[in-house]
Amino acid sequence: MELAHLTIHEVHGKLSRREISARELTESALARIAAVEERVHAFITLDREGALAQAAAADRLLAAGETNPLCGIPLAIKDVLCTRGLRTTCGSKILENFLPPYDAAVIEKLKAAGAVILGKASMDEFAMGSSNENCAYGAPHNPWQLDAVCGGSSGGSAAAVAADECIAALGSDTGGSIRQPASHCGVVGIKPTYGRVSRYGLLAYASSLDQIGPLTKDVRDAALMLNAISGHDQRDSTSVNVPVPDYSAALVEGLAGLKVGIPREYFGAGLDPEVAGAVRGTIRLLAEAGAEIVEVSLPHTEYGVAAYYIIAPAEASSNLARYDGVRFGYRDLAAETLHDMYRQSRSQGFGPEVKRRIIIGTYALSSGYYDAYYKKASQVRTLIVEDFTKALAQCDALISPVAPTPAWRLGEKTADPLSMYLSDALTIPTNLAGLPGISVPCGLSSAGLPIGVQLQAAPFAEEKLLRLAFNLEQRLGLVGRKPALA
Amino acid sequence: MKITAEEVIYVANLARLNLAPEEVGPTTEQLGRILAYVEKLDALNTDGVAPATHALAVTNAFRDDEVRPSLPQQEALANGPQVNGEAFVVPRVI
Repeated sequence: MELAHLTIHEVHGKLSRREISARELTESALARIAAVEERVHAFITLDREGALAQAAAADRLLAAGETNPLCGIPLAIKDVLCTRGLRTTCGSKILENFLPPYDAAVIEKLKAAGAVILGKASMDEFAMGSSNENCAYGAPHNPWQLDAVCGGSSGGSAAAVAADECIAALGSDTGGSIRQPASHCGVVGIKPTYGRVSRYGLLAYASSLDQIGPLTKDVRDAALMLNAISGHDQRDSTSVNVPVPDYSAALVEGLAGLKVGIPREYFGAGLDPEVAGAVRGTIRLLAEAGAEIVEVSLPHTEYGVAAYYIIAPAEASSNLARYDGVRFGYRDLAAETLHDMYRQSRSQGFGPEVKRRIIIGTYALSSGYYDAYYKKASQVRTLIVEDFTKALAQCDALISPVAPTPAWRLGEKTADPLSMYLSDALTIPTNLAGLPGISVPCGLSSAGLPIGVQLQAAPFAEEKLLRLAFNLEQRLGLVGRKPALA
Repeated sequence: MKITAEEVIYVANLARLNLAPEEVGPTTEQLGRILAYVEKLDALNTDGVAPATHALAVTNAFRDDEVRPSLPQQEALANGPQVNGEAFVVPRVI
C-alpha cells in the first residue's frame, strides 16, 4: 500500500519513529495525484514545489523532536481559504489571479503544526452549489464512479481524500458543503459548531452560517484535525471563547449512557430507499453499542431550504459586493465609467449561480420586500433553532441521512437550480441553528456509490458526535474500503 | 407576488450586474420558481417570533484598542488590477 493511502494517525506513527520521512510521504501524495488527477480533477491549483519545501521543513522539525500529529501531513485545502502567496480562486473567474497577502487563521495553525499544503481543492464558485459543477475550473469527478458528482460545495476536498490524493483536507460548510460531499465520496466530514473555528481568511459566502471543518479518511483523523483548527480568534468577532478539549480523547468504545434521537421528519418522502435502509442499519448498531434510541420531532424541517435560500443569498449579496474590480480580482479594463467598471467586471467575472443568488439576495433585502422575505425567513430560523433546542433536550444527538439520495450523474440537475437546492434539505437546518454535524460513511448503494449517515448535536458537543461516529465506524468496519480507481 | 422581468433588471442593476437581453427571460423564470417555493414560509404563523440574526447568542466582542502592524502598502496594492504605485486607479468619477 502506498503511503498516501494511509490516515493521519497511521503515518504520524511512522513519521515520529522516523520510519518514513515527510518528504517520502509528500512525494507519495504527489505521485498519486500524478496518477489519478487527470480523471478526478480534485484540485484547482497544485503547489508541488511549495509542498516539497514544506515537507523538508517538517522533516527538520521531526528530527528535532516535533510531536504534533499534523507535522509532515500532506493536505488539500478548499480554495475558499486564503493561503499567502498561493493562488486562491474560490472557484471563480473573478479571482483567477488572486494571490492572498495573508494566511487564513486555520492555515496559520496548520503551518505552525508543520502540515504540508499540496494545493487548493476544487469547489463550487463562492461555495454556492451542491455538486461542485458551479466551478469556473471544471467539476471534480466522484472517485467511486467517475461520471457521478462529488457533491458540493467542498467536492474537490472530498474527492481528494477519497482518491488518496492527500491524507486529509479542509472544507467549509454553509448549508451542508462539508457533510454532503463527504457522504457522496465515502469520507468523514465534520462541520463544527458555529464559532468553534475562526473564519478569519475564509472568503465569506453567508457569514452567519459559514464554518470551516475537516474531511478525513476516518473519525480519529477528524478529531486530530479539529484539535488543530479549533479555538478562539480575536480577528473573527463571532469566534467563541470556549476551551478546546482534546477531541481524540472522546473516541472511547461503547455508547452506554448516550441517548440518540431519530428525527422523524428526516425520513420523509423523497428519501431513497437504499439510503433509508443504510441509515436504519446504523441505528441498530448504535443500540447494540449501548445507546438508547428515542424518536423525536423537528416539525419545521420542511421550511429549512426556503429560509436558507433567502438568508444565505441575502448575506451573499452583501459579502460579494466587495468584488468590484478595484482592489483585487478581475476588472474589465475597457470600461470607461466607474459604474460600467463595476457592472462589467462583476458580470464577466461571476458565474450564473453566483449571479442568481446575488439577485435573489438583493431582491429579498430590497425596500418593500424585506419584511416578506428576509424578516420572515429569519423568524422561521428562530422556529428551527427552537425545534433543535427542544429535541436535544430529550437526547444527546440526532441521527439521520446526510442527503436524500446518493450522488447523481454529472449534468443531471444543472438545468434546474431548485431541484439542486432541495438536495440539501437534511443538512441546511444544522447551519441555521449553528450546530455541529458529522457525516460518516455507512454503506454503498447497489450502484456502488457511498451513503453517509449524519449525526447532529447541541452547540459545542463535538465530543459526543465523535464518540458516536467512532463507535459506528468500528462496528461498520468500512474504513480502508477504497474506490476501484486504480 | 410574481417577480417581473422589469424587477429582475432593476434588482440586477442594484447589485451592479448586467443581464444580457437573452438572459432576462430565463433568469426571471428561475427566480420566479425559487421565490414561489420560498413562499411556503407564508404558511407559518410567525407573529411575535423574534427574527434570528445569529445561530448562537453572541454579544459584542471587544478587544483592546492597540496599534498592530497592518498590511504594507505594496502588498495591499499587489492584487490591484490597475495601480499607480501608491493607490488603486479607477475610471474618472467626477
